[in-house]
Amino acid sequence: MKFVDEFRDPAAISQTAEEIRRIADPGRHYRLMEVCGGHTHAIYRFGLKDLLPENVELVHGPGCPVCVLPMGRIDDGLAIAQQPNVIFTAFGDMMRVPGANGSPLEHKARGMDVRIVYSPADALKLAENNPGKHVMFFAIGFETTAPSTALTLLRARDKGVRNFSIFCNHVTIIPAIRAILDSPDMRIDAFLGPGHVSTVIGCRPYTWIAENEHKPIAVSGFEPLDLLQSIVMALRQLNAGRAEVENQYQRVVPWNGNQAALRAMAQVFELRPYFEWRGLGFISQSALRIKDEFSEWDAEYRFQVPGVRVTDPKAAQCGEVLKGVLKPSQCKLFGNECTPEHPIGALMVSSEGSCAAYFNYEYRKSAELVGIGA
Amino acid sequence: MATIAAPTKLRFRDAQVEMAHGAGGKASRRLVEGLFAPLLFGADSAEPLGDAAHLDFDGTRIAITTDSFVVRPLRFPGGSIGELAVNGTVNDLAVSGARAEALVVSYVLEAGLPTPVLEAEVRAMGEAARNAGVLIVSGDTKVVEYGKADGMYITTAGIGRAIPGLRMSPRSVRPGDQVILSGPIGDHGITILLARGDLDLESDLRSDTRPVLPFVEALVEVASPGLRWMRDPTRGGLATSLNELARDCGLGIVLREDWIPLRDAVRGACELLGLDPLHIANEGQFVAVLAPEFAELALDALQRTPGGEDAAIIGEVRDAPAATVLGIAPYGGTRVIDMLVGDPLPRIC
Repeated sequence: MKFVDEFRDPAAISQTAEEIRRIADPGRHYRLMEVCGGHTHAIYRFGLKDLLPENVELVHGPGCPVCVLPMGRIDDGLAIAQQPNVIFTAFGDMMRVPGANGSPLEHKARGMDVRIVYSPADALKLAENNPGKHVMFFAIGFETTAPSTALTLLRARDKGVRNFSIFCNHVTIIPAIRAILDSPDMRIDAFLGPGHVSTVIGCRPYTWIAENEHKPIAVSGFEPLDLLQSIVMALRQLNAGRAEVENQYQRVVPWNGNQAALRAMAQVFELRPYFEWRGLGFISQSALRIKDEFSEWDAEYRFQVPGVRVTDPKAAQCGEVLKGVLKPSQCKLFGNECTPEHPIGALMVSSEGSCAAYFNYEYRKSAELVGIGA
Repeated sequence: MATIAAPTKLRFRDAQVEMAHGAGGKASRRLVEGLFAPLLFGADSAEPLGDAAHLDFDGTRIAITTDSFVVRPLRFPGGSIGELAVNGTVNDLAVSGARAEALVVSYVLEAGLPTPVLEAEVRAMGEAARNAGVLIVSGDTKVVEYGKADGMYITTAGIGRAIPGLRMSPRSVRPGDQVILSGPIGDHGITILLARGDLDLESDLRSDTRPVLPFVEALVEVASPGLRWMRDPTRGGLATSLNELARDCGLGIVLREDWIPLRDAVRGACELLGLDPLHIANEGQFVAVLAPEFAELALDALQRTPGGEDAAIIGEVRDAPAATVLGIAPYGGTRVIDMLVGDPLPRIC
């Protein structure tokens, strides 16, 4: 398969892993944060930690949109869907995320009209095909998915589709990175930058991390070889005392981002003064809302939204895990009360959450590595 | 003298039935082990739960099983609900080590189902039964209101004769045993997903629905004494079947992920949708565990069976990690391969 196989080539992977072991200074401990949940998932899915020396530590970042969404927002979305004739639509990622009274899937099992869509455009099509119903799209994601939400809203306006609205939960990545850097218990040496987000925003927005915070950042793709190459880039910078923005994912990420996508976002969205992040708390100017001129398609404007606030269980240490202070398995609830099937904390909810990825792929591995067919 | 059973304390605590309880993964297992087994089979049922039961009637070993089919759409590339209803039950008997002799069938039909649609499925069942060498001997029909049954649901039950000399059980599995798979995984599940038309993805994939008895017989012929365990990895995929085995035998099952046969179209769809092909349903594949000295013979026999050309040894049984399935990449990275949790849901963001 093109664009996949060459980045999973065993020989190239082994070679790059060897390079990491060679350049990692044994007298030093490296803490690299992969910002994106997709990276976390890939690191565990492909067993990349097995290839790294002990002094190269990967810390899992906040870049999982499902994980950082406060539970109250799910309840707000479900409250809208409880009104007559409303169809709740969302990506598959959202379907198992628990609100205070159950996940969208559990509400579906109790009779709510809940549909999985693969893009906001599918939700719009559903609205056009069901003129007697109102279709609400539960929008989540960083800058990766926000442009398609914006374009869909513009299309709804142009076509005059009035039985369609968006419940906007889009967030932006830079304030989250800033919150992590500002955190007093922050101990990160360098970042692996989010690949998909950067296809939209480009690399330029990260320059402050290098220039002001003196932390190297390597924007990374999602295949095993991408991640290992990005680690090489970060280690080389750290060893040389450099702090720059490097782009490992050049085949997809343009330095200046995708201008058409950024224009669509700017046309439709504006920054919220503040927004709550699960595990991180309130962060100012970290999320998007729909501009007033599009309020006809804004579910928060069209419907009574209860504004539910649900505090996470005190025993769950999601914030510490999210900031890289604790490893998933060091949380008191991990693996007993909190599992992917019955998630309590945010990071166990999505398969890209670091706790779920750790639970699914890592947790029961035995200490000794078992090799076959070598 | 009959005694009244003491009330059994149930381990099943889920508040309501979810789609996940029917998806063949962890939730399904919880439902069966926590509610059905203690109330229906007795709490102290010692045997691990298989897809079919073997009963002894005065020295004759009879296998019996049942399965319901609720697929949407009713027809899809490579098969249809009628064909599945025959092959699914015949296959459950086959992997339990039995040759199907007769089936009975129940139809739940939705009012408004066009006769040509029904006729096509009944014809498909007849043809599949002839192809599998099994008789359909009795049946029942119920009709429910319009909008209640996705057109039609079919339940079949099958009875068969145990193949003599086979003594398979998860408990007979030993470290060093080899895991053999009959061919590429995920064709059926991805075909159905694409046939629903929600994805705007196209491919020339076809369901792999077929009887697996020829594979079973090929192995019985050359490797009967070394045959420890067989399964047709349907809902929940290969990962779920092997996790059930790992749990039942308490051993580790270590797979070389690059040895698992997989078509590019299935791989591509799974990459796009964030699904794991090991969790995708199959309808005509077959996985077996054999003693190492029989593995090459068995592989050769499978590859010579029509439809088994892509059969491969995909891994082996190890002492550790206990009760776990582990995947190893060719470059040495490892991951735990868990059972399916819930329904496979595509990841987008």
